Amino acid sequence: MINAIPLEYYLGLASIIFLIGTVGVLVRRNAIIVFMSIELMLNSVNLTFVGFSTYLGDTAGQVFVFFVMAVAAAEAAIGLAIVLALFRNKQTIYVDEVNVLKW
Amino acid sequence: MPLELQLSLPLILILILSIKIVMVDAKFGNNKTLGFVTALAGFIVVFISAAFTLTISPEAIASLNAEELYSKGTITYGGFAAYFDMLFCVAAILTILAALPYFQKENSEHNAFYSMMVFAVAGMMLIAHSANLLSLFIGIEIMSISFYVLAGYFRTKEKSIEAALKYFLLGAFATGFLLYGIALIYGATGSLSLPEILTKIAADDFSNTYLTLGIALMLIGLCFKVAAFPFHQWAPDVYTGAPTVVTAFMSTAGKAAALIAFIIVARALFVIDIGQAAEIPDFQTNAIMIIAIISAATMLIGNITALVQKNIKRMLAYSSVAHAGYLLMGIVANSPQGWEGIIFYATAYLFMQIGAFIVLSVLERKTDKNLDLDDYSGISKSHPFLAAIMAIFMFSLAGIPPFAGFFGKFLLFTAAIDAGFTWLTIIAVISSMISVYFYIGLIVYMYFRKSNTYPLEADMGSAKVTLIISTACVVILGIFPSLIINLINNFF
Repeated sequence: MINAIPLEYYLGLASIIFLIGTVGVLVRRNAIIVFMSIELMLNSVNLTFVGFSTYLGDTAGQVFVFFVMAVAAAEAAIGLAIVLALFRNKQTIYVDEVNVLKW
Repeated sequence: MPLELQLSLPLILILILSIKIVMVDAKFGNNKTLGFVTALAGFIVVFISAAFTLTISPEAIASLNAEELYSKGTITYGGFAAYFDMLFCVAAILTILAALPYFQKENSEHNAFYSMMVFAVAGMMLIAHSANLLSLFIGIEIMSISFYVLAGYFRTKEKSIEAALKYFLLGAFATGFLLYGIALIYGATGSLSLPEILTKIAADDFSNTYLTLGIALMLIGLCFKVAAFPFHQWAPDVYTGAPTVVTAFMSTAGKAAALIAFIIVARALFVIDIGQAAEIPDFQTNAIMIIAIISAATMLIGNITALVQKNIKRMLAYSSVAHAGYLLMGIVANSPQGWEGIIFYATAYLFMQIGAFIVLSVLERKTDKNLDLDDYSGISKSHPFLAAIMAIFMFSLAGIPPFAGFFGKFLLFTAAIDAGFTWLTIIAVISSMISVYFYIGLIVYMYFRKSNTYPLEADMGSAKVTLIISTACVVILGIFPSLIINLINNFF
């Protein structure tokens, strides 16, 4: 069944999701939503990997996806902890209100 | 013991150490010095084992058949990987020696710091050893995630948390680009193994569109990690906000690790014109030209912005951005000579930058006091030792002979000229001259200004060892550069 869908469709969908994620990081100001947009970017890459992997008939790409998921989980743990520490200090999670450091 | 096990001894030992140090923290969390002792002893053992793998002959390593190994060719052994293992261990040892008195002074000793240091070094070593895009990515992530935590180590301080948040959000964003680049390179060549990618590119067996896009995206990700223009904006903020000892480690070992990743990727994606391919593909000429422009812009922006800084920590942070620009010249040269220049300069830079930041950490007081240029007025009277070695580090960073920084720059500049990038070398020389102004400016403050009414306190403790070792290395590498050059000549 999967062979019925050309590779370009997977890549097109993945690149659209990646763009949505990138725009989200650049536009949104809430740290949690920025972080969700980053997760969206990582997952679009996963889709690219799986698409290529199926197309090439090579499992290495699918193995890579597992590692990406593990790394994304580790990043989520660290990221939410940092956001929590920020909230305890400043009572805000909006990134534009975090501006002590500047030149 | 089979040869492969001997060669992977540093990696195995650092993994054992990283598990052990967590268990030590869990069982003896109240003992504040035990984490330090474990980490120090562990790093020394890993250093010795890496030195041992460096003595194994390259012929024996080359004779290993990738298919019969446990690692199936995903890991490189010996050579520059072993050299960088040693370098990262030295950086970690120097940092934790200075961190002990620093955190005592700040009343925030936790064994978690040493655990994160071990994890960061494990990630960096994996980067240096990687021969596969998968292990490269895992190494970069292990290093970066440890750094996010380390930057926010003072979790009750607003600045430290802000640094961690900025580093985390931008770092994870860059990871997205790096990964997308890896995915497209995988799609273009059908392989994740770097030697295989090189053979496919040399044989002209790849999809040009995907590869060009992939290289562009990967370049964005890697430029983020080395803090190169236009992705350098996080670096000054993070380096200023993070605890000073952490900055010392991040801005040196972290940068060296990101550059070794750059070298590994460049060696796989760019063919050298001696015999590897009939002609150099178009994407390569363009990519190298873009890296050259990035390198020139990075050193100019870093040095010019550093001119106007009043805070020494921030000034050194911008100078670290500028040094990323110098180091990228070796990638632009795209020759063994350029890579050796990077390795030598990364070594020299590691000692001088760690030394300079540790001097800051010794004089710094709670709530970020004593970090401005004015506070350093006339400290040559009250702290002649600190002022003298700070002057040595500044001369070395400015690239004045006979210190190590001069030979590093010399090697990189000659490599760039040999590769036909004379304009880049001219820009590099101009920006080095700009940088002399603020490096020497600090020396003027220390030696030729009236001293303050409030003399700074300095209690060095074990940081003294760090300072003596880094000064010694900066001077020795400056006078006898052939000690390292003879060693790294065999790597490529």
